[in-house]
Amino acid sequence: MDEALTELGDYIATAMPGATAMPGDALETELAHHELMLRVPAAAIAKVLAFLRDDPSCQFKVLVDICGVDYPDRTPRFDVVYNLLSLTHNHRIRVKIQAAEDSPVPSVTSVHKGAGWFEREAWDMYGIMFDGHPDLRRILTDYGFEGHPLRKDFPLSGFVEVRYDDEEKRVVYEPVKLTQEFRTFDFMSPWEGAKYILPGDEKATVDDEAKDG
Amino acid sequence: MAESQISSYTINFGPQHPAAHGVLRLVLELDGEVVRRADPHIGLLHRGTEKLIEHKTYLQALPYFDRLDYVSMMCQEHAFVLAIEKLLELEVPARGQYIRVLFSEITRILNHLLNITTQALDVGAMTPTLWGFEEREKLMEFYERVSGARLHAAYFRVGGVHRDMPAGLTDDILEFCGPFLKVVDDIEGLLTENRIFKQRNVDVGTVTLTEAQEWGFSGVMLRGSGAAWDLRKAQPYEVYEKMDFDIPVGKNGDCYDRYLCRIEEMRQSVRIIRQSIDELPDGPVVADDHKVVPPRRDDMKRSMEALIHHFKLYTEGFHVPAGETYTAIEAPKGEFGVYLVSDGSNKPYRCKIRAPGFAHLQGLDFMSRGHMLADTVAIIGSQDIVFGEIDR
Repeated sequence: MDEALTELGDYIATAMPGATAMPGDALETELAHHELMLRVPAAAIAKVLAFLRDDPSCQFKVLVDICGVDYPDRTPRFDVVYNLLSLTHNHRIRVKIQAAEDSPVPSVTSVHKGAGWFEREAWDMYGIMFDGHPDLRRILTDYGFEGHPLRKDFPLSGFVEVRYDDEEKRVVYEPVKLTQEFRTFDFMSPWEGAKYILPGDEKATVDDEAKDG
Repeated sequence: MAESQISSYTINFGPQHPAAHGVLRLVLELDGEVVRRADPHIGLLHRGTEKLIEHKTYLQALPYFDRLDYVSMMCQEHAFVLAIEKLLELEVPARGQYIRVLFSEITRILNHLLNITTQALDVGAMTPTLWGFEEREKLMEFYERVSGARLHAAYFRVGGVHRDMPAGLTDDILEFCGPFLKVVDDIEGLLTENRIFKQRNVDVGTVTLTEAQEWGFSGVMLRGSGAAWDLRKAQPYEVYEKMDFDIPVGKNGDCYDRYLCRIEEMRQSVRIIRQSIDELPDGPVVADDHKVVPPRRDDMKRSMEALIHHFKLYTEGFHVPAGETYTAIEAPKGEFGVYLVSDGSNKPYRCKIRAPGFAHLQGLDFMSRGHMLADTVAIIGSQDIVFGEIDR
């Protein structure tokens, strides 16, 4: 299994840059947990997927999934992950590109028809823009929703809550009120590098300085 | 007043419609009674499962998987635990694997019974529902006996299953199999050659194999169009390699073929159930790694170490090494996958759930174009749509 995937990875690394007109050093392949992954530049994604679909040794005709991943500390901030499946060769492959908050990545709806909703979902959840998508509306969130809920800086409890108001005879939106304090636990072991000063630790340094002084 | 020609009009189907299988809002553009365009509005059952999972430990995240597709519960837990086990590189003992296969197949029957009978209900047949739901009750009793819950079992755990089956359960499951096949025959007797059922399903919602691949279909939606593709055979997990079963494949890719595939899959599931009970080995049902798997209760009474493990596992949970995986299983509805990214902590960094129904419902537009409004209902029924997994 791994050998076949390594072979496929090597083949893609040699054949793809020429076929998709992208610089050869821009492509990275990686094999982990018996799964093959490609990192490609965002601008080339449509050509890459078309190559993977049409090349006789790849035949990745089924686009299984597209999803975003958020790394807020990194620029560009998002990963867009494409999972592909080849029924002919019984292989899976994962293609990754990076996407910024403010600039769009090319849509792959022209290559895989089924990409439409998955891209809409990535837009809805992360705010990743897809250039050339025929119908980039929100898909899972409420009509008129603001924000992108799966971003790491979006709070778990959200911003608004909904209830039916009996006096106004309609559904009203209000800021979230939590009846109980939002609980989040820190499981970091203090012996293994907590990134903050433990309560009481500041006294130890003060004492040391006092002694030295 | 000048006469004006109305070419098409738009109607709103759902979200509260019994044939919408949950909360589907469908905006249909109709020309007379012929569908010109179908625009499904989904998300009415969106609960933010993926966001919630990012804030829970791996064990706490597991029950969310029962609540995605709420008629094939254990299959979804299966994808999640397999993904974690892949990152942990954890081996499941043989008995645990057999029990997982056994209950995956029970789940498959549960799902197909619901789908076939409600599809029949959508096109006008009521009796199959009554017969099928009786069998579903018996199967959910098996669920209850292993896990304590009829629906949301949370039975598959990382490293195996939560606990061994109670004594006598395997005998009762074997006893169930024979009469159940008779019920399948009875349901088939009502539907397969039924004139009305065939008129409503044959040549409705035809999908060619190329279309099925382009739109990312999987499971019965793909097999009905002629692809002999089943992850249990193609990329076997657990002990499916050792099982002897056939994959029914359709020819025309219409609603009727998909119905026939599902009927036959139930019979094949019974075959797998019988084999997995016959070959069921003795031994532990869960791995022995107590950094991941909670210790047994009687160990905790004597061993301090076991007590500490128990405390740590139910507060902090276990840590999963950094890495990522896409793990998929053959759920009753199609390929159910989990794309799991771990950053080495006790919570998933990202857990994308790939629901088969999401891709299928996207295809509703092209499948129902040119059909009558009533055929759209039959197509939705045969796509096996459940909103828990589509809206997540």
